[in-house]
Amino acid sequence: MKATVDKQKCTVCGVCSGACPMGAISLRENEVEVSDDCSLCGICVDTCEFGAISIPEVGHGPSEDLGSYSGVWVYAEWREGKVHAVSHELLSAGRILADKRGVELGAVLLGSGLNEQMAQDLISYGAEVVYMVDRPELAHFTDERYSKCIVELVKRKRPEILLAGATSMGRSFIPRVAAGLQTGLTADCTELDIAEEGHLLQTRPAFGGNIMATIICPNRRPQMATVRPKVMKPVRLEGRKGRVEKVELPSECFKARVEVLEVIAEQDQTAKLTEADVIVSGGRGLRNGENFKLIEGLAEMLNGAVGASRGAVEEGWMAPSHQVGQTGRTVAPTLYMAVGISGAVQHLVGMQGSQVIVAVNKDPSAPIFDVATYGVVADLFEFIPEFVKRLKRERQE
Amino acid sequence: MHIVVCIKQVPDTKNVRIDPDTHTLVRQGVESIINPFDMFAIEGALKIKDQNGARVTVVTMGPPQATEALRETLSLGADDAVLLSDRAFAGSDTWATSTTLAAAVRKMGDVDLVICGKQAVDGDTAQVGPEMAALLDVPYATFVKKIDLDRPGFLRVLRQTDEGTELWKVELPALLTVIKELGEPRVPSLRHKMRAKKAEIPVWGVLELGLDPNATGLCGSFTQVVRIFSPQRRGERVQLEGSLENQADQLFQYLKKARVPGL
Repeated sequence: MKATVDKQKCTVCGVCSGACPMGAISLRENEVEVSDDCSLCGICVDTCEFGAISIPEVGHGPSEDLGSYSGVWVYAEWREGKVHAVSHELLSAGRILADKRGVELGAVLLGSGLNEQMAQDLISYGAEVVYMVDRPELAHFTDERYSKCIVELVKRKRPEILLAGATSMGRSFIPRVAAGLQTGLTADCTELDIAEEGHLLQTRPAFGGNIMATIICPNRRPQMATVRPKVMKPVRLEGRKGRVEKVELPSECFKARVEVLEVIAEQDQTAKLTEADVIVSGGRGLRNGENFKLIEGLAEMLNGAVGASRGAVEEGWMAPSHQVGQTGRTVAPTLYMAVGISGAVQHLVGMQGSQVIVAVNKDPSAPIFDVATYGVVADLFEFIPEFVKRLKRERQE
Repeated sequence: MHIVVCIKQVPDTKNVRIDPDTHTLVRQGVESIINPFDMFAIEGALKIKDQNGARVTVVTMGPPQATEALRETLSLGADDAVLLSDRAFAGSDTWATSTTLAAAVRKMGDVDLVICGKQAVDGDTAQVGPEMAALLDVPYATFVKKIDLDRPGFLRVLRQTDEGTELWKVELPALLTVIKELGEPRVPSLRHKMRAKKAEIPVWGVLELGLDPNATGLCGSFTQVVRIFSPQRRGERVQLEGSLENQADQLFQYLKKARVPGL
């Protein structure tokens, strides 16, 4: 199976050939030819302004009535007695989607020792109904129990859309929910909308954020997506009304073949990269591990986390848990300061979603400057102390 | 113990650059490598083999060229490799990929443990591991940084979450997805290299896997890309100038204006 070209419409302009990431499209004298290297990614379909290329449609799975699904659901992530901020963001985003579809917005809260206030909180962020499952077996997160509970709830209530935060919890168990329901799932979305025909348009960065892809799940329900934290804006309105439904689920939902023996909270606050508003990162330009004190000092002043490039981690100057980039963490804080980091692609893809990027580097041609909001070409050992001095002055005033 | 490691070939981004004008990846001449997280998975499997003895089979779904990636894993010390290749697999989303990989594990029959990388660095979905586990109906643990054998039939694993570390006991057969802390991959040995060169790598398609072609590839997928576009370009970069003191002040003012918390 591969992309097909309508010879009536094709002008052999060659645009598709240049766009194909697989190099599968070649130009012949008066036609284009698609080779077996075609991966059906669909990039060519979008680049062809004559609408000459098409790829087959995705499958239908087990046949059922899609119209029988209604409502938007948000999984409210409960952890250690608190609901994660991403759930509030998603309820506010879900509110807009539910209004566009003219359907109800629901929140699903799983945990142990839940209280009414948590549910009221979810309502004030836009939920009209909160489904609560409160069981001692849910005190610690396990993929098996949490996914079985959600699968069971979805089978009973049939929402058309199910959203969850792209946190370490969401990205771990939501795929099992999708598999259990035999439906599609899009990871780590940054934009959601409703198409004219009613489908959920799920937009996410691909190839390390270098292209954006909009994805649909046309023939299965619910349409499922995990959404990156800190992208959607939480809107809290007091006085919103909603109902709370406590749901009992069969004991089968609470069986698991894993046992949580110990939960050790991260003591090192500076390693909490995904939650930080500010990250100060150091690279090989720091020259040794001792010099990371400079980074740590600045991070502390800004109440931020400490990041490191792969180079710095490989040198052993920082622990791998601090690594930002392709094989480390992907981060998107309000401020990302890259200090003494040249900006290899594998680093850039892990941080270019940050709101404000400051690059400090001696080499004016360092690629990090290509993604920077503010560039400082200077010796970091001179500039960082100067910047710290400026911060201190402000605090004294 | 029979361990299956799932790998994927991805474009090597180490030596490529981002086009400063279009802000897209310059893909020309980019070689394929084994997804870095999958290299940690192989290392994890080989460590278990070193310490306790195990048979390690590596499997990938991909075009015929992916055999080279499989040979590379044999040269590191994996025992066997299988290529899942068929035109019917083209256009697979994570669900269709998981369906195909799970069918391969099922065909092998005697698998105790499946190890996958946390995610592939080209797609970044982190979905195939958990979806495979669901299809195989085995327990799983994600983001694993340490694997220890417990009493027979169980593993003890340390997983890294956003909030810290968790110690889990997992019943076998199971599936794990792993991260960098598990250990950097070893270098190929000469002996294994020789063996890898001559090794016969079976190719399984829909027939061998007993799959319905309509349940694989694009037909077996539930999600579909409808639009690809370039991300919004960042605004022009502001290059600070003047004395260091002056630059520090400018930066401070800009960040304050941008309402950076903590300032």
